[in-house]
Amino acid sequence: MAQFKAHSVLPGFNLALGYTLLYLSLIVLVPLSALFFKTAALGWAGFYDIASSDRVLAALRVTFVTSFAAAVTNAVFGLVVAWVLVRYRFPGKKLVDAFVDLPFALPTAVAGITLATLYAPNGWLGQYFAAHDIKVAYTPLGIVVALTFIGLPFVVRTVQPVLADVEAEVEEAAASLGAGRWDVFRRIIFPAIYPALLTGFALAFARAIGEYGSVIFIAGNMPYISEIAPLLIVAKLEQYDYAGATAIAVLMLLISFALLLGINALQWWSSRKGAR
Amino acid sequence: MSITIENLNKRFGDHIALNNINLEVKSGELLALLGPSGCGKTSLLRIIGGLDVADSGSLLFHGENVVERDARERNVGFVFQHYALFRHMTVFENVAFGLRVKPKRERHTEAEIRRRVTHLLELVQLDWIADRYPSQLSGGQRQRIALARALAVEPRILLLDEPFGALDAKVRKELRRWLRHLHDELHITSIFVTHDQEEALEVADRVVVMNQGKIEQVGTPDEVYATPATPFVYQFIGNVNLFHSRIHSAWTQQHGDAVAYVRPHDIDISHTQQDPASLAGEIRLVRAIGAVVRAEVAVAGSDELVEIELSRERFEAQPLVNGDQVFIRPRQVRVFDESVKGSL
Repeated sequence: MAQFKAHSVLPGFNLALGYTLLYLSLIVLVPLSALFFKTAALGWAGFYDIASSDRVLAALRVTFVTSFAAAVTNAVFGLVVAWVLVRYRFPGKKLVDAFVDLPFALPTAVAGITLATLYAPNGWLGQYFAAHDIKVAYTPLGIVVALTFIGLPFVVRTVQPVLADVEAEVEEAAASLGAGRWDVFRRIIFPAIYPALLTGFALAFARAIGEYGSVIFIAGNMPYISEIAPLLIVAKLEQYDYAGATAIAVLMLLISFALLLGINALQWWSSRKGAR
Repeated sequence: MSITIENLNKRFGDHIALNNINLEVKSGELLALLGPSGCGKTSLLRIIGGLDVADSGSLLFHGENVVERDARERNVGFVFQHYALFRHMTVFENVAFGLRVKPKRERHTEAEIRRRVTHLLELVQLDWIADRYPSQLSGGQRQRIALARALAVEPRILLLDEPFGALDAKVRKELRRWLRHLHDELHITSIFVTHDQEEALEVADRVVVMNQGKIEQVGTPDEVYATPATPFVYQFIGNVNLFHSRIHSAWTQQHGDAVAYVRPHDIDISHTQQDPASLAGEIRLVRAIGAVVRAEVAVAGSDELVEIELSRERFEAQPLVNGDQVFIRPRQVRVFDESVKGSL
């Protein structure tokens, strides 16, 4: 232990580390290992049966594809929102800034019901889509809408402070060296905010994967088409099939873990390249 | 590339940053914009560089009006006080930036870019840190890289905004000598902004002294020091003693309200009265600062303190001690009418 302990003016390394481990164990590791224990009751064959069933695979595909699409949408438009909030001054800016956090505060079920009503074929917004033969509510597209809504604050709030940190002088220097607006964004601003953008993307993505409340109201929940994996878990729980439910949960957990690990690696690699 | 500035005005809200500026910068000269903070020198520099827009007036590069042109089209190198290096790029990529963003048909080959950047890094004597990132460099090194980066696009004009302001005294001194040598080698028309009179006098070919959005005087370093055009220049460049005509009419030799300006080293001091115009006083403080000795004399009959500088040699020939009764006499006086006195 002594070799990890760098000299510090603030005492309490042992206490802080002990607390961290205890906290993580109680809050994260114990429930997760319980999940694996429960699943283990199925045995390899049972687990494989559930994991390879068409309905589960379809639900997982819907979950991850829609989550990814929502996170990408948020990365793009969240960046625009952050840009506007940092770069421009306009009346009501503070109010707009506060709106960004609303998706955090709203119960997700309320968001789901509201969105479903708005985007239904006869709803306020849905009717215009319906006129062009586009169905939003009760399709995977509706799921993406709901997940975009709940994930928006992540990207805005992670990118905003970093973008505010990019000095105007650096952009002026680039301009005086002959760089056009696009070059300034691509070569100067984007590399500076890229790690934060990736973090925001990862958070929005992770949040979307686990989202349940808002999605079930707008998804229509048709098996193989718009049924998400968390719904399948709840369905199995309602049939007292606890092992089956945890099996799907473990599957989701493993995929999420792999994806987030990948994003973290990408981030580590890019920040090592940059912020030295 | 010469620069002509005519009737330039700039306001920020109620604050007048530049008040009808007229200035001619000769091709190939190194010009200093000198003045206290808030005098408009940085605004003027930014307008020349195209980073700010003037409210009115014209700006000509070699007779050609460039007011409508964007910073990126002016071909001007700009060096910032806080370097403004690109943090996520290596030193090499920082310097290469201007070459890489050129339009495709003007862009050099990779080998040519490499050759030019290496040459520039050699010029600023930092070719050995090409692969480092800006955060790994010292302040002086960063500023030299910023300069190399600005020079990479072969600018017609080089603008430096308080280039040494963020550096410590020793590095600052080294760098300004180095900048002077570099300018003698490249002969590129350069303007640098500073609030440090010593820096302006040491480095520049000509000095523009500014105050409250106006130009007070333009001249060689020697001119602005020896023959200041206004009371402001007198007080801003070098130390000075003020004598009001009401009290010391023998010195101002003028009736009515006038102020005499006398440099500390232009005052003779002796223990005996050699001239009826001399003022009697008492030594209050004697300090040897390197090559010069500084003394403060309290003039008899008033509460004024006069600052006097004499060389060490002279001090040793005629030692002064606190409490000595002495007589002081100016060798050189410059009198300004009270009514023209510039505000400080």
